[in-house]
Amino acid sequence: MYSRAYKWIVSLPPLLWVGFFLLLPYGLMFAHSFWLVRDGFVVHQWNLQNYHKLFANPLYGEVLFRTMRIAASVTLLSLLLGYPLAYYVSFHAGARKELLYQLVIVPLWVSYLVRGYAWKTILGSDGVLNGFLQYLHITHEPVGFLLYSPFAVIVMLTHIYTPFVFLPIYAALEHIPRPLVEASQDLGASQRATFLRVILPLSMPGLLAGATFAFVLSLGDFLAPLLVGGPSGTMIANIVQSLFGAAYDWPLGAAVSVCILLITVTLLFLTERLEKRWSFK
Amino acid sequence: MPAATISPQDAAVAASKPLLEVRAVGKRFGAVDVLKSLSLDIAAGEFLTLLGESGSGKTTLLRLIAGFEQPSCGEIWMAGERLDVAPAHKRRVNTVFQHYALFPHLSVRDNVAYGLRVKATPVPEIGGRVEEALRMVKMNDFANARPSRLSGGQQQRVALARALVNRPQLLLLDEPLSALDANLRKQMQSELKALQREVGITFLFVTHDQEEAMALSDRIALLRNGALEQVAGPREIYARPATAYTAQFIGQTNLLRGDVHNGIVTCGVLSWPTAVVDGAAVFSLRPEAILLASDASSLPTRVGFHGTIRQQIYGGATELLEIDCGGGQMLRARISARGPLNGEHEFAFSVGDAVRVRE
Repeated sequence: MYSRAYKWIVSLPPLLWVGFFLLLPYGLMFAHSFWLVRDGFVVHQWNLQNYHKLFANPLYGEVLFRTMRIAASVTLLSLLLGYPLAYYVSFHAGARKELLYQLVIVPLWVSYLVRGYAWKTILGSDGVLNGFLQYLHITHEPVGFLLYSPFAVIVMLTHIYTPFVFLPIYAALEHIPRPLVEASQDLGASQRATFLRVILPLSMPGLLAGATFAFVLSLGDFLAPLLVGGPSGTMIANIVQSLFGAAYDWPLGAAVSVCILLITVTLLFLTERLEKRWSFK
Repeated sequence: MPAATISPQDAAVAASKPLLEVRAVGKRFGAVDVLKSLSLDIAAGEFLTLLGESGSGKTTLLRLIAGFEQPSCGEIWMAGERLDVAPAHKRRVNTVFQHYALFPHLSVRDNVAYGLRVKATPVPEIGGRVEEALRMVKMNDFANARPSRLSGGQQQRVALARALVNRPQLLLLDEPLSALDANLRKQMQSELKALQREVGITFLFVTHDQEEAMALSDRIALLRNGALEQVAGPREIYARPATAYTAQFIGQTNLLRGDVHNGIVTCGVLSWPTAVVDGAAVFSLRPEAILLASDASSLPTRVGFHGTIRQQIYGGATELLEIDCGGGQMLRARISARGPLNGEHEFAFSVGDAVRVRE
């Protein structure tokens, strides 16, 4: 048995952490969303005006909807890239397994900004991709939609979050006992049937975790739209940023943040329940 | 070929030919020859055990037959068809895995139904066959349970049902009882034997436990370093081991290295008449073949000797004596239990029990 004092000492740092860096800021944000700004000052007067504005102005809904669409596309694309990659590395890479695994991890060490600027040089009108297309005579002038568009944001975020999708899926695949695969073949299942009936269901918790990472992280991203999004690629986090910055309307920014938070928490709750349904230990 | 169209001639041919033929099969992993040109026939309905130490190649042979590995040379045939070129999922062979390999995300019923479902068996038929298979292994009360809720013995039964429900021509069992505790293992042994008689399916059983092999098998194939040492029925392999290795691996034995001269073997203080030609020869003499002289009056052509009991190990119905025959020659004798013995005694064995073996 541990003494009372010991328990307090051990649990104090995490309690302080959660209190100061989580509960307090969220509390402030929540409170701000019910206050308002008058003559450039935040007035502590409880009201629902901010939420009225959010629902009255179609711009917010539009951007929020676009953000979710982008996040969903990023999730889908990084699953389409990450799952086959994880499957290959886990089941068929043989001696190159360790090397390939490291190669997937390495980009995580490179700064987010560097990768963002790299995409600018690739997708720009004088960029690598346009040069290449014209060299091959597929196009005769620079293609405009490549940069400063939702497309560019999706490409960049997919590039950045695919390793985050790869990792939990890879971990789940690595935990599948290989005799199960042999047992499935032994019972007459083809490779395809084995994948659909054994490997996919057993890797479902990893797949869900990866999808959640990609969606939630994309949903809150503001650097990618800032770097490569342009006006048509603006996402909800950019709105929050400008409301807290240039517009100096903290209460409205807080109200938007509360909406994003609600969406995220609902999503985490749902995937948590799904993951439980798919775990068999 | 559907079973209903087999003509009497075909049936006669099938009866005379073995179900499975392993023809000069070799397997190489890198620079290691795990199997060295091994040939073995298995008759339909037979319970054959591959017995050997770890690394003898017995599991590799099983995996070649199941289709999880490809042979480096040689061929495997089953029921008149080439087996080793077919992919694992097309073979009419099922396996019971060492650690059962039950699907953790499926119920017991769905585990058993798996093989039927992937082969697109009509749904009404699946239900009946799964129930039947579960009843056979007495697991029908657990049909809805997840494998993780079951004990080792129960998982073992489900693994058996999952394999047998497909009515394979050949069932492969990879040390299926090794993960069970001793009492349960004995019980499962007798159930397994009864089950094999009931379903009449050919069993190819892998184990490193010679007692288990003796208890279950019609024939035992003893492997050593990737080659067959001896293939024979349990009684024959015990009574007439072909090699010194076999004699030592199956049961206990005294190996007597002697010289034959003019029809007489001499080995230390022992000597007895033999039909073996002159020269060096090795004989195996089972401990239970050595008796106290007072019990040995009925033995035909007995060989007597004099020895000092160095140790007596009590084992319930029998006890093991370590006898010093003089000149550093030690023999082990297993006699029926009779209370403490010590000092010098007269012993005897029958000439016929000293079996000539190859080194």
